[in-house]
Order: sequence, then C-alpha cells, then structure tokens
Amino acid sequence: MPYFLNNADDQKSMLKSIGVESIDDLFTMVPRELRLGRSLAVPPALGELELTAHLSTLAAKNDPAGSGICFLGGGSYDHFVPAVVDHVASRSEFVTSYTPYQPEVSQGNLQALFEYQTLITQLTGMDYSNSSLYDGGSAAAEAVLMAMSVTRRPGRVLVARSVHPDYRQILATYLANLDVELVTLDTPGGTLDPQSLRAAVNEQTACLLLQQPNFFGCVEKMQTLARIVHEAGASLVASVDPLSLGLLKRPGDAGADIVVAEGQSLGTPMQFGGPYLGILACREPFLRRMPGRLVGQTVDRRGRRCWVLTLQTREQHIRRDRATSNICTNQALLAVRAAIYLAAMGPPGLADVANLCLQKAHYALRRLTAGPRLQPVFQRPMFKEFAVRVTDGRVDELLAKAQAAGIFAGLPLGRWYPELKDCLLVAVTEKRTKAEIDKLAEVVG
Amino acid sequence: MRNTRSTELLFELSKPGCSGARLPECDVPPRPVAELLPQEVLAEKPLPLPELSEPDIVRHFVNLSTLNMSVDTHFYPLGSCTMKYNPKRNERIAGMPGFANLHPCQSDDTVQGMLELLYQSQQMLAEISGLPAVSLQPAAGAQGELTALLVAAAYFRDQGIPKSVVLIPDGAHGTNPASAAMAGFDTVPVKSTAGGLVDLDDLHARLDDRVAVLMITNPNTLGIFETHIAEIARMVHAAGGLVYLDGANMNAILGIARPADFGADLMHFNPHKTFSGPHGGGGPGAGPIAVTEKLAPYLPSPIVVQEAGGYRLAYDRPQSIGRVRSFFGNVGVLLRMYCYLRTHGPEGLRKISEQAVLNANYLLSRVKHVLPVPQGDRCMHEFVASAARIKTQRDVSAMDIAKRLLDYGFHAPTVYFPLIVKEAIMIEPTETESKATLDAFAETLECIVRETREQLHDAPASTPVSRPDEVQAARQPTLTWKPHA
Repeated sequence: MPYFLNNADDQKSMLKSIGVESIDDLFTMVPRELRLGRSLAVPPALGELELTAHLSTLAAKNDPAGSGICFLGGGSYDHFVPAVVDHVASRSEFVTSYTPYQPEVSQGNLQALFEYQTLITQLTGMDYSNSSLYDGGSAAAEAVLMAMSVTRRPGRVLVARSVHPDYRQILATYLANLDVELVTLDTPGGTLDPQSLRAAVNEQTACLLLQQPNFFGCVEKMQTLARIVHEAGASLVASVDPLSLGLLKRPGDAGADIVVAEGQSLGTPMQFGGPYLGILACREPFLRRMPGRLVGQTVDRRGRRCWVLTLQTREQHIRRDRATSNICTNQALLAVRAAIYLAAMGPPGLADVANLCLQKAHYALRRLTAGPRLQPVFQRPMFKEFAVRVTDGRVDELLAKAQAAGIFAGLPLGRWYPELKDCLLVAVTEKRTKAEIDKLAEVVG
Repeated sequence: MRNTRSTELLFELSKPGCSGARLPECDVPPRPVAELLPQEVLAEKPLPLPELSEPDIVRHFVNLSTLNMSVDTHFYPLGSCTMKYNPKRNERIAGMPGFANLHPCQSDDTVQGMLELLYQSQQMLAEISGLPAVSLQPAAGAQGELTALLVAAAYFRDQGIPKSVVLIPDGAHGTNPASAAMAGFDTVPVKSTAGGLVDLDDLHARLDDRVAVLMITNPNTLGIFETHIAEIARMVHAAGGLVYLDGANMNAILGIARPADFGADLMHFNPHKTFSGPHGGGGPGAGPIAVTEKLAPYLPSPIVVQEAGGYRLAYDRPQSIGRVRSFFGNVGVLLRMYCYLRTHGPEGLRKISEQAVLNANYLLSRVKHVLPVPQGDRCMHEFVASAARIKTQRDVSAMDIAKRLLDYGFHAPTVYFPLIVKEAIMIEPTETESKATLDAFAETLECIVRETREQLHDAPASTPVSRPDEVQAARQPTLTWKPHA
C-alpha cells in the first residue's frame, strides 16, 4: 500500500484535531447494519515487482496483432505512432491534470485543445470542432442527435448499412427509448446507391449517417449523396477515416454538415479498443447544439491572449436536463495526442501516409485475388481496406494458417453481415511492407 | 525563465517546407492515383495544416505543458473529482506491447490474458458493489449513467410497465438529469433537507407508478452519507422503481459499505477517480456499471465470460440493450484500474476510504474556523464550505478565494457546486496527501481571508495569465485560429 502518506503519529494528531478517538468514529453516519463487516473478497495486495510480474504473465498470454503482421482493421488500425507523440503526451502536466476549469493554471491544456480544434477543422473542412468525445461510434450517435435537434425533425433517421456495425448498434441503442424511426439502407453493392437514398429520404428525415470510406473500405459517392439529402432538407452526417483525408476530398468540401471520426489512427495505439478519440466537427448552424467541451480564445485582464472553456450553457453542469449532451469527462489526452500527431506529420506526411495505404492496399488486393482461392467482393473504388471472399468457404482454416505464420489476415465479416460469412475484411496500413503482403498471399493463396 | 514563445500557436510557428515527417519509399509497384480513385472523391488541394519540424513541436508542447497545474506538481483538492495520485507503475504496465498492441477484434484465443484481466475486473467490481453483473463498456461516468438508464428502460419495457420519470435530488451532478433526458425520461427533482440529505417527505410526494429510477449519489455531493438510504431504497422499491447509485463518491466507502447492501439496483464506477486512472486534462475515463441479477440480461454486449476452455467475449445476449461504445470500451483505463485494485487488495481498498475520510475530516476541522461548513463538523471524503458570509460582509466570493489559492500554488477546490450551497467551495483532499500539505492549505486559506478585498479581486496575480474575459469568449466565440484574424 504505497500511496498513503500519514504515519501513526500524524494520524493520532489528526484524530485529535477532529475530536474523535479512532478512524472508525469517523464513519458513524454510515448505519451499522449497512456496513460490510468483513473484508472484501478480492485478491491480496501485490508489491510493484509482483504486480509487474503478474501483468507480464497476463500480457504473455496475448498474441498482439500489432507486434506481428497485422491486416486487421474495421475501425482500429495498426498505423505508425511517431515517438514524439508518446514523449510529449506523457508529460505529467498533461496526464495528471483535470478538465481546465481554472483557466489561469490550465493554459497548456486549453491552448493544446484550441490547436486540436483548429487542426480538426483544417482536416475536415468544417467550421467548428469540439475538443473530443469518447470514440467514433458514440460521436456518430451524438451527431445524429444534433441533427435531429437542429433540423427539428426528430422522427426519422437514415443510416447506410455500410457504416461500421458497432456504430450502427450504438446509434440504435442511443435512440431506443426515443420516438424515432431508424431506417437502415441496404448497400448490396458495397456502397450506398443514390436511388435507394432518394426513395428513403423524405421531409421527416433529420439526417443520413454514412461512412467514408465505409466499413468495407469502399469509397462512397459523398457529393452525390449529399445533394440528395440536402434537396430533402435533411443533413448529412459523415463518419470519416481521418488519415484518408491526406488524399480524399475533405467532407466539408463534399457536402457534409456534421463530420465525426474515430481518431485512433492519429497517434493512438490499438490497445484492445480504447481509450480512443471521438472527433466531432460541424458547420456553423449546428454550433449551439454541439455536445462536449469547446475551447475559445479571449483576453485576460492585462489584454493578453488566452483560452477558456466556453459556450458552457450547452453543457450538463449548467443546463442539466436541457443540455445538448450528458458528456462530462471526454478524451482530452487523446485529442492532445492527435494534435501532436497532425503537427508532426504536416500536409506532406499525411499525404504520404494516405498514398502508401492506398498503394499497398491495392497491391494486396491484386496479389491476394490473383489465384482462385480469394475473390474481391465489391467492385468499388477503395482506400486502405477491402473485402475478399474465401471461395472454398474455409475462413477459419485460412485465418489459423496465417496466424501460424505470424499474420493476422483479416476480420471475418460473418459476425456482422450473415450474407458475407465466407468473407474477410483486409486492412493495409503504411506499416505493411511488400514482403509482408507477399507472404500473406503465399500463405493464404 | 518563462518562455513566451510557447504561447504562439502551432499555426503561427508554421513555415512552408518544414514538415518533420519522412515516410518510407513506396515498395510496391505504384499506380497513378487517378486509376485507383475517381476524380469526384479526390482532394483538389493540399490540406491547410501547419508545417513544423520535430524540435519545434517538442519545445512547443513541452512548454505548453508547464502552464498547467497537475496532481504530479500541485495539491489539487477539486471536490467531486477525486484527484488522487496516479501510480507510475500502472502507466508502464499499460504500455506493455502485450496490451498496447492488441487489436480489438482479435480472436478470443489470442487475447486470453486481456480477457482474464477484464473478467477479473468484472468480478472485483461486482464484489465491491455487491451487484453481481458488470459491464465494462461505458467510456465515462456519464455514459455509465446513460447506459444504466437504458438498461432500466429496457427492463421495464420487457415487463410491460410503462415508466417515464427519473427522480433526481437537487444536489446531484448535472450529468444525472442530462443522462436521464438523453435516455428519454422526464426528470423530476427531489428536495434536500437543511441538513443536506434527501427530504423523505418530498421524495414520498414525488413517488408514483411512473417513476422508473431514483438516481442518488451516496455519499452525496455534500460529502454526507445518506443516513436514511435504506429507507429511501425501500420507498422507491415499494413504488415499483429502481435505485441508481452515482458512484462518483465511491472513494469514501470502499470495503466499508456496498451499494447493493444499502439498496442500489444499478450503479456506475469512475475508475479515473476512485481507481486512480489519470484524468488527462479532462479524459479519458471509464464508466463501468454494475447491476442486479434481474437486470443482467440487459447489459450491453459483449461481456467477458469464463468457460472450461478459457475466457470468451459473449455477444449471444438477446435481451441486451446493444452497445454504447465501439469495441470493448476504454480498456487502457480499466487496465490501470485493475493494477490499482491488485496493488491494494482487501485491506488496502478499505484503507483508501479510511484515509480519504480521515484527510477530509482533518481538513474540515481546520477549515471550518476560516469558512463556515453549513452541513456540520463531520464529512465522508469531501466537504463543502461556504463563502456566503464573507461575500456579504466583504464582497469576497468563492471564486475570489479559489483564484487566490492559485497564487499560493494550490489548485482551487470546486466552486459553485453543489447548487444547494451558496458560494460553495467543495474540497476533496483524497487519501494521497500528507498532513503537512493539508496544514499548508488550511494556513493559506486563513491567510487569504485576511487579505484585502482588492488583493482577492485581482487574484490570481502570479499565474501565466490573469482572469480571462469569459463573457467576451462566449459572446464572440473564437473557436479556431484563422489566418490574419
């Protein structure tokens, strides 16, 4: 128990100052009959050495994809994290501070988050960004709630089936107790067909949620879809891969009204799914309905430029049940990581990463589908991820064989899409080499 | 010593051609981009991001970091936020490649160590709460609240009992009513007595068959244990409702009293408070929830189950509400929680609360001579002092006192919360502070209230910036940097 500071003498004099005999006397307001009266049945205490050894043992029972050859994606990616991100973001003053309620002693966090907000607007082409939400999935749900509120059309929401299945499930869960019709638009060809969107969108529709590139890695015709959505007076919520924007048109330039993203790929390790970074940015008319913290620029009493949390009347601690969201704790440290990552990469770095992903993914697709065992599933342009069908249907056997060679070959799609039970989703990041791709092709071909 | 360049923005430091990144040559035969992607989806110009070299970036952000107060550098008695020491061993362990490099969709047989850790975490939270079923998925306390309320809504829907109301005591955190509204409920406040406890008469008057859930914080936001909690729970249950415990203040009762034993049906934990996850300047946190057996089927999926062959992520749960967070949640925070729980063991967990309550009562015994503490001489892990008298007498507000503390090298307590205390100053020292630090804080407070009004109105005077103009920030929001702005 290494984190207590008061010895027996200290405690004695503290109890005296309080005017009680013992620590037990401090708990008199807890009725006796409600006390536990025994020790908690949890494992005994460990010292640092034992703890580290125990956790090393647990870690050794894992076979981390990111330490092998990882072709797993589906919303969490094995991208490279520059050392500068880890170094700077592990500063005690970033790690062990709280939400910047006292701006005079929080300018470091506030300025870094203001820079993050700006970087996200530059990246997405939106007017405003908040300073983070939990993850890409809950950000998508929050964005839909925003759109329902701003369009004053709380009754109907459209979502493409090519959106990440977890995100769609989160959205359905968030909406379950509200009186809203959630319509899933099928994407049999791998992307959302403008005709089926036209048939589904109507004057009750608040928004369409789509993903770019989508869960299958395919690139949606965002501009065309945006036009259809807007003609019906609805909004477009686009969930994007931030690293794709080194190459793809910014969602703000393609007609999106609200942009959300999973920010994991901007400098955060995969760490079994979290903590990650929920990005949310929007056009001006949506600003006052934004969820989460916003950092704004102002001046102090001596006229010096500085930063504060602002527009807080949107938030739960002021507006309570009328707040735009219940969010309080966010993902500030991950937002700082993203800011450092984006600063470290710069425009040429991001363009290079995106191009490497694109080239390597297309090379992998060509190599993997050269033989008879694997076939492309969708005939659509893709960015860094694609679906392949295992023609003999033996998905598990293929994955096991690859794993024996130290390769995590892809995600089986059957859990989310029963009709694709013989298909794999393969992601290729800038970290994958030609040799690794060739090895995968040889092992599974 | 102060480096003023650090307050220039990244965008102002940017210089064309100064990017720090160098990626490998493309080692596969490249194809023209235009052959791979249609023109319609391609960017027409480069991203307008800043261009900086690595040394510039490091100096910029490291200098920025020095403008923050933090637990590692200062006493941070922020009430309700449990700013305790964040163990360094947990940070190193969380970075082990065997954890950090795990993809969330790896097959169960390749993540057995991770699943064992998460399963044991579920078990330990169940034991600490007395509630047998746990979901680790919610990403923060507020999301835990929302998740639990959605669980309650699904339960009542399945029972065929329409319920539309959530009752919330007036001292509650703002997240409680906000979560209830998001979950589709109407919220109705319940009054507190002058002593700061839930008013049983008012509760009785509000209880009817529309009430789904009473959300209660215990110890409450005044740092007082709700002495009548068992009776409160009996009343809610008799009316067909459920009791939700906001676990923000669990640091006061670990191993002392279990929420299930005082009547809670659902609750959330804040591992970033109670279990030492670093706050990260606002996050990440985590918000695991624990519920009774009858509510267990409705928890989000997946949960970790133990079987003969090992551990498995269970998705085959037809009554589940679905999910609120992608993948498995904020695993990195849960991992630190696990380390913290294993470091303390049963005696250590109880000692956390004993020492937190000792520190809070000791500080209360010293502060009450300086500022009145309306709710009395005893508290649990935190207490709320009031600057109402000094405000009336000398026009010195809770905010003035808070700001002056910054000058003396203490982070300010939480001010103006809870809303039921005028000029509230909410102080939570946590167990990881020494008597010497508490003495220094109390002596500083004594000194501050004797200072002139002008000194206090002008505070802070020694921080990197003085009080910002918050009205201007809100009236003309400048939320991004723009060129030539």
